[in-house]
Amino acid sequence: MDTLLQQIVNGFVQGSVYAMVALGYTMVYGILGLINFAHGEVVMVGAMVALSVIQLLIDSGFPPLLILLISLIISVVVCMALGYGIERIAYRPLRNAPRLAPLITAIGVSIVLQNLAMMFWGREYHAFPSLLPNNSHMLSGAIITEVQILIVLIALGMMGGLLLLMHRTRLGRAMRAVAENPSAAVLMGVNINVVIAVTFMLGSALAAVAGIMVSANYGIVHYYMGSILGLKAFTAAVLGGIGNMRGAMVGGLLLGLIESLGAGYIGDLSGGFLGSHYQDVFAFFVLISVLIFRPSGLLGERVAERA
Amino acid sequence: MRNALKHLSSKGKRGAWIAFVMLAIVLLALPFFTEELFGRGWVRIMDFALLYIMLALGLNIVVGYAGLLDLGYIAFFAVGAYCYALLGSPQLGLHLPFWIILPLGALLACLFGVLLGAPTLRLRGDYLAIVTLGFGEIIRIFLNNLNAPINITNGPQGISMIDPIRFGEFSLGNTHELLGLTFPSVHLHYYLFLFFTLLVIFISLRLEDSRIGRAWMAIREDEVAAEAMGINTRNIKLLAFAMGATFGGLAGGLFAGFQGFVSPESFGLTESISVLCMVVLGGMGNINGVLLGSMLLVVLPEALRHGSGPAQQLLFGKTLIDPESLRMLLFGLALITVMLWRPAGLWPSNQRRRELVAENDAAQL
Amino acid sequence: MTTPLELDINLLELSGVAKRFGGLSALSDISLHIRRGEIYGLIGPNGAGKTTLFNILTGLYQADSGRFTFNNMEYSGRCKPHVLAQAGIARTFQNIRLFANMTALENVMVGRHLRTSSGIWGALTRNATARAEEHAIVQHARALLSYVGIDRPHQTLAKNLSYGEQRRLEIARALATDPKLLALDEPAAGMNATETENLKELLLSIRASGITVLLIEHDVKFILGLCDRVAVLDYGKKIAEDVPEKIRCDPAVITAYLGTEPIIPAQAGIQS
Repeated sequence: MDTLLQQIVNGFVQGSVYAMVALGYTMVYGILGLINFAHGEVVMVGAMVALSVIQLLIDSGFPPLLILLISLIISVVVCMALGYGIERIAYRPLRNAPRLAPLITAIGVSIVLQNLAMMFWGREYHAFPSLLPNNSHMLSGAIITEVQILIVLIALGMMGGLLLLMHRTRLGRAMRAVAENPSAAVLMGVNINVVIAVTFMLGSALAAVAGIMVSANYGIVHYYMGSILGLKAFTAAVLGGIGNMRGAMVGGLLLGLIESLGAGYIGDLSGGFLGSHYQDVFAFFVLISVLIFRPSGLLGERVAERA
Repeated sequence: MRNALKHLSSKGKRGAWIAFVMLAIVLLALPFFTEELFGRGWVRIMDFALLYIMLALGLNIVVGYAGLLDLGYIAFFAVGAYCYALLGSPQLGLHLPFWIILPLGALLACLFGVLLGAPTLRLRGDYLAIVTLGFGEIIRIFLNNLNAPINITNGPQGISMIDPIRFGEFSLGNTHELLGLTFPSVHLHYYLFLFFTLLVIFISLRLEDSRIGRAWMAIREDEVAAEAMGINTRNIKLLAFAMGATFGGLAGGLFAGFQGFVSPESFGLTESISVLCMVVLGGMGNINGVLLGSMLLVVLPEALRHGSGPAQQLLFGKTLIDPESLRMLLFGLALITVMLWRPAGLWPSNQRRRELVAENDAAQL
Repeated sequence: MTTPLELDINLLELSGVAKRFGGLSALSDISLHIRRGEIYGLIGPNGAGKTTLFNILTGLYQADSGRFTFNNMEYSGRCKPHVLAQAGIARTFQNIRLFANMTALENVMVGRHLRTSSGIWGALTRNATARAEEHAIVQHARALLSYVGIDRPHQTLAKNLSYGEQRRLEIARALATDPKLLALDEPAAGMNATETENLKELLLSIRASGITVLLIEHDVKFILGLCDRVAVLDYGKKIAEDVPEKIRCDPAVITAYLGTEPIIPAQAGIQS
């Protein structure tokens, strides 16, 4: 029984990280109809920048929480600038280009970022300093650390804030308008370039926070961490219904749970034939099955074809 | 006037023949020149370039013609390669001849294409992309882990000591003397791969200009309209998927026989993406563009690999940046700049059409 | 009048067709029949359900209920667009949907797809059968292009044609499928007077060649001047179906078009 609960806790923590990154994918997709392939690398840069800031400040005598806060702010700012830069350089000039052209520039950006990171931070795995006390709590048989609790709380808080932003502010309304119909939004006086830039920056900010969360949770940072995380988060976004923000949140949490439960039980389910290495297979298998039965994802709208 | 035209056209025909023969000679002599000028390593690179061309042409049918974004295409390459590796190596103790395994691998890949396509092809655009991506990863993960409880694929270590491609007693793995010329193994593979590449080009050209090819392009341009015009989009898309997969499986088999070793590492997402880059960078849907794209993306990183170290030595007197990451960095930058400069690819398919229009207009005058 | 032929006189029959989108009832209880060889018009204010009905006829939507027979065959229930195209219903689209990056000729050639059969083998070998078929496709397509009056080089990309030409190219592409019923969704939209006049002649000539025509139009004058019979939709219901002369003075129609009570004399209201 406690293994089950433990898997659920782990899945929930991992899922909140996925959800944060998935939001970045889904927001950009909702507005531009574009898979921002470089988004995973933004997560990595966020983690790396935070690592450097922490390494710089760790002996300064500041309290750990302050160091963490400073590193968080710097890494969010850097990532927002990065997100803006990516949109400006790699996507904006191609807004009316054939559909796959921005996909290739996105791949190019992601290769560039990965290799720049490799030059700056090296190929090795870095230990992410644990600034928070490593206390853990028993939750009716499952262990949850304070870091994990913090991750879930911050993620929930940020996602709630994002929903408020989307539904309660002028900016949010403009973003939804652009997603609905860009040309009509322009006619209504929405500055589409600003809205798109802000979307990228918001997504990147979430990515930076998610990068720090995942590094704090596992205690490891690596220049290659962005691509696999990005891939999973994108899967989560599609699972929930890409372009739909609530879908990304649900999809992220669900994917985290599926993976964690899959890893825990796949051996039993397959009579010992498949080991926990197959957790990714499990995730993709669920994704494919969901899409076969609900082609636009769990919360995606059923788009009626317009003729 | 008419006579003059006729004369002109027959002259044009002769010109085309001369060009054709010259091209054939150049292609045949190419490995020798390359070896002489750059060393044997580059002949090997050319062999890989040919394999990539086959892959890119296969993916071009799916992405370029039918407009279906496939991010897991390399899985079919993997299927072909592992089929060859399993049936022609000590791994399972089977040593079937090349002419059985290669078609079998292509057929198996085709079957996988149909199996994947049948349930998923009604998904639109990016949903299809992620499903194919997932499929690619699933195949790779299985290859990586099917060494226990029963050892089938030998896991991450991969399968080695794969039989070389052999026609009777004539093995492509050895050096042969023919007509006073020495043909090392890489040269022999070059000719074999060249043959298959030309075959794939021929098939692509024929398909492009056919009832099926038009149906693919109609689906790419507007699926709803295509269906309203009576095209059974499901079947036609499935056909594109199956054809693309077949070419992938073929290239995979050749790869396994050439390399003598396969491991799951060669079939990751990065590989799928590189092949996609070849297709899009060169110009989707246009065979010339795809050829250009694939050659460029094979040669460019290699050239950068060989050039980036010495160039730094020359400029700064020492190696400042790890040549490997510099090479990939430049590669990424090249992808971005080329796409910004020519969003439809280096050699887009419309250009061919525009040439046709020009010809047609000239003919009418 | 009750000759055996009477049974076969209707090409298309709908009875009790309904379609809902979520809570919105787009069509309710639509019954109508289109006779062989006529030009049948479908009019109604915006949002009356004309295009929805059209999409049901061409398989893009499935009706929730009701019967749908075409050419004496039942097509109620799930039916894919290509099956209906095969059965002989060809359509154009309200907002032109050509294969933009294919040439004008290729667009029409695609229309021949379902009346031809070459497969992979034919494409690869280019055997005598495949070559003959390809030749026939090209000839047929060229003939249709000049029939609808596109005299530009046939290798022009569809996206580079003028608006009027694109509309006619869509008709040529639909005709290439050898339809029994040609369904046109607002073919005169955005055309000037001359173009509209040419279109009218084209449609009359298509009807003369034995093809039944179904028209959706906004331009009431155009449709009343051309059609043999007209049905009027309003809020998803058929409010009238008759010859144009009767439709002109049908009180329900006038109400639908002009709002509630007709103040001005009915006849003048619509004709102006």
